[in-house]
Amino acid sequence: MTEFKRIIKAGFINFRRGGLVSWAAVLVVTITLSVIILIILLQAVLYFSLNSVKDKVDVTIYFIPDAPSEKIMLLKSSLEKLPEVANVSYTRAEVALANFRARHGNDYPTIAALDEIGNNPLGAFLNVKAKEVSQYESIASFMKGDNPLLQSIIYKINYNQNKLVIDRLSGIISGAQELGFLVTLILMIISVIITFNTIRLTIFIAKEEIGVMRLVGASKIHVRGPFMVEGAVYGIIATFITLILFTPATAWLGRNMTDFLGLNMYDYYISNLFQIFAIILLSGILLGVISSFLAVRKYLNK
Amino acid sequence: MIYFNNVSKVYKDAVALDDVTVAITAGEFVSIVGHSGAGKTTLTKMILADENPSDGTVFFESTNVHKLKSKELTKLRRRIGVVFQDFKLLPNKTAYENIAFAMEAVGKSDEEIASDVPHVLELVDLSHRMHHFPTELSGGEQQRLAIARAIINQPELIIADEPTGNLDPINTHEIVQILKKINDLGATVILATHNRGVIDAIGKRVITMENGKIIRDSKHHT
Repeated sequence: MTEFKRIIKAGFINFRRGGLVSWAAVLVVTITLSVIILIILLQAVLYFSLNSVKDKVDVTIYFIPDAPSEKIMLLKSSLEKLPEVANVSYTRAEVALANFRARHGNDYPTIAALDEIGNNPLGAFLNVKAKEVSQYESIASFMKGDNPLLQSIIYKINYNQNKLVIDRLSGIISGAQELGFLVTLILMIISVIITFNTIRLTIFIAKEEIGVMRLVGASKIHVRGPFMVEGAVYGIIATFITLILFTPATAWLGRNMTDFLGLNMYDYYISNLFQIFAIILLSGILLGVISSFLAVRKYLNK
Repeated sequence: MIYFNNVSKVYKDAVALDDVTVAITAGEFVSIVGHSGAGKTTLTKMILADENPSDGTVFFESTNVHKLKSKELTKLRRRIGVVFQDFKLLPNKTAYENIAFAMEAVGKSDEEIASDVPHVLELVDLSHRMHHFPTELSGGEQQRLAIARAIINQPELIIADEPTGNLDPINTHEIVQILKKINDLGATVILATHNRGVIDAIGKRVITMENGKIIRDSKHHT
């Protein structure tokens, strides 16, 4: 316990006495943590945009006007049982007509033609949303292969008209996700390498000191411990600096870029602050501690 | 206490030690003298296992120091106090902390550190410099601090490698007197130096080295 206390204390003292070198390391860790927050925010924008696009994609099954509602409900419940289906909404023929009238309220000839017909020419329809864009095809094929009795009441399915758009969207979405992951990975690797090398440089300065410590009989943990604590201190301070810097930055983005991004960055940042704090703090501490651990190891051989 | 058995050390293109065999008994004060490059430093580094021999073995009591595992080597080093020509103090620690570090390394309590450090600093006349960093001390003061660090854990052996190399005659005399006092208190002292005057002032066993060989050992000539 005494040893542990001494190591912690020595780490803090080393940081304080390190002066500019310590702050240079904090700066580099801050940059790495900023990259991590940027990635988190970019991912949020990406997922938000993709989700809103996905949300616009659906498959609608139009029924013939006199299709019995029991059969439609039967199809609805069998569709809902499919694992790919997120939800199915049913619109009755009367509601479809009311919607149509509302939509064409200013289109006098169309309304006049409707009045001339007298009865409702529109059928009910089911609106099906899949969990994933790529799953629409299997939903469409399920409906094609289903009970022929049901087929007799279906007027048309708009999947084929939407197919090209859906396919293209699926491609873009999976591409964007893969690219996002790749960019994240590359940025993270670059940041970690830069941080590791900066910390290695700070420890390189103390190379001879490490040798002397070993010669006076200090154990490996007694030598290495304070450097690891110092690394953790870099991470902790960098976390707070990063979080403070991102508050006005996201506020500006929220004020000026919400329309462009489709997401209010400041609201997102504040509502997820605790999770972001946890991720950043853990990353910062791990980066500092692991980098120090590895850097000191090189000089601890004897 | 220490036994070199046919020890040789060859660097790429130079022989630092050439078939050295020598024994040092507990309580001795042994001066190793020779020009620069004679092999004095290599010899002292061998005892600390800071250098590995190309051939031969080095024993500390009955232990082959180069066969020790890292943890055992750490324990051995705690029994040896080392003083270097370039002091090798920890630059980011004050005089007090430099000595406290050596005590912490052997697991001394905070109370022991608080009572012993001022005492040893007084012994080397550095009480007034307790909270100064090494860069704020003169060469003589730094070397006295290094000696204080070396003796704080009451080691059985003190190795001093050119401890007076960077010092003026007055400071040199002081350091020699301190080393003699340590030896009188029972510790074995090995002093490597190229300064004949220092050796004459001590008047104890002298091993003379040249080109990595022991060419004279006063023990066998008296």
